[in-house]
Amino acid sequence: MGLKVPFVTSYLTEHFGDDDFTKLEGYRKRGGWEAARKALTTMTPDEVTETVKASGLQGRGGAGFPAGLKWSFMPKGGDKPRYIACNADESEPGSFKDRILLERGAHQMLEGILIGAWAMQAEKTFIYCRGEYAGPGASIRRALEECYAAGILGANCLGTGFCHDVVLMLGAGAYICGEETGLLESLEGKKGQPRKKPPFPAQHGAFGMPTTVNNVETFSHVRHILNHGPEWFKGFGTDKSPGTTIFGVSGHVARPGLFELPLGTRLDEIIFEHAGGVANGRKLKGVIPGGMSMPILPAGQIDVQMANEFLRERKTMLGTGGIIVMDETTCMVRASCVITYFFRDESCGQCTQCREGTGWLHKIITRIERGAGSMEDIDILADIAGKMEGATICAFADAAAWPVQGMLRHFREDFELHVKHGKCPFPESFEL
Amino acid sequence: MVISEETRAKIEAEIAKYPQRRGGLLPALHLVQKEKGWISLETAQELAGIFGIKPVDVMEVVSFYSMFYDRPQGRHHVHVCTNLPCSLRGSRDLLRGLEAHLGVEAGETTLDGRITLGHEECLGACGYSPMMRVDETYHEDLDLASAREIVDGLK
Repeated sequence: MGLKVPFVTSYLTEHFGDDDFTKLEGYRKRGGWEAARKALTTMTPDEVTETVKASGLQGRGGAGFPAGLKWSFMPKGGDKPRYIACNADESEPGSFKDRILLERGAHQMLEGILIGAWAMQAEKTFIYCRGEYAGPGASIRRALEECYAAGILGANCLGTGFCHDVVLMLGAGAYICGEETGLLESLEGKKGQPRKKPPFPAQHGAFGMPTTVNNVETFSHVRHILNHGPEWFKGFGTDKSPGTTIFGVSGHVARPGLFELPLGTRLDEIIFEHAGGVANGRKLKGVIPGGMSMPILPAGQIDVQMANEFLRERKTMLGTGGIIVMDETTCMVRASCVITYFFRDESCGQCTQCREGTGWLHKIITRIERGAGSMEDIDILADIAGKMEGATICAFADAAAWPVQGMLRHFREDFELHVKHGKCPFPESFEL
Repeated sequence: MVISEETRAKIEAEIAKYPQRRGGLLPALHLVQKEKGWISLETAQELAGIFGIKPVDVMEVVSFYSMFYDRPQGRHHVHVCTNLPCSLRGSRDLLRGLEAHLGVEAGETTLDGRITLGHEECLGACGYSPMMRVDETYHEDLDLASAREIVDGLK
């Protein structure tokens, strides 16, 4: 409830505090839909793709794949209709940025979609929004109604003769539908079980047609790139990771919330300068830097720039930029219980390594937390996680294995103390 | 016939948006559940007829997604997020408190059929925790007192 505007804003979110920005008139007053008009009336589709490619925009859904390159994979010509799928299935624990981009900036995202549709000559976009996001879903629906009434979308987009329809579908509670081929299966009215690749979605996507899947935030950046040019965009962030992103900070900080900052901003700066530092005067223990799938960093390693080229050196990744902060009272075995329960619950069950592995990880970690584990159990955890990684149809098993590997890498002592004491040695830790 | 004419018309309108009829199945399940509260075998059979698929094809979709229910539910859903960011800020205590207040455990429905209490995985409100979803509405930055007040206001 209530308005959740980022504490720090930049070009994506600067107008999110203005109520009329959510409406077509207010969006247009601030230059909205001019980038799409420019693209559709003065640029060829290839020129648009080349512009996005030149900007270096990386997908903001977690994998960081270059967006313009992805667009260029779409086949040109032929008689098959081409589709776009907009991934609004934000469900990565620690991530809550797409929600605000939908609630306060639905037109901004739709403008990016129309520009992408022109670049890829796509006839239809399916926006797949998680079912729990009733509020954001309503924002998208209102913006779509305005766009159709104003002739921005539909049979004659912006009066240019270009046709593009946008369909909103609500999901129904399944983390795996955020995986791009799980999303495509779900769009087709099936269980969201990811597909084997190849064929990739650009060849065989939604309903068997060439499809490009991009995240809400990725599309939201596009109009700014078209308006100001790739060089302007590269003025934000690092050489390899340009632009801003919306970091979400949660957990034990004084000021949890959203912060739009350039990629490459230091993690310690985000936590201590922007999010008010650790709450209640406590010391920091560890930080998950990019949503729960990403390996944790101990307090001593947060002097790192938030971009993949730097985070990889510390064996973790940017993911969705969801920063989960844990103070000195936190039992990392308990945190691992919560993490592995989630992955056990959300595994789609297709691949044995994942279906069984996520369950084993959770069971063994729960046993250790209860004080009934052995030192051998700790080695078994590492063994299972290693055998899950890279062994399945999609990256979910990696996402389940990495956080456990990170915990064992940096907080093995917490696990060993449980075994030695026969109980949880962190009496002040959060309740399970 | 279990599904009303009105809902059938809405389902057909959804189906028309997709290149294949089955694309309308998730929207149809949402619509039917809005009318019926849950998806019974009879409902699944009728839906299967509308989509030209088998009832089991409908039920396997129902069972895959956590927001579709294959048994009757309370009039309201109260779901507390217990994922890591929320747990760190006391959401488990909040859930325990609501269990005690309502006299049910997570996953159960109150005897008067008023509330089904549950816990949920991340709802995208990590910065505003603890939080709970009541039907379609998010309530954030809660403590037990404010959560109890919200729950008591449900008819």
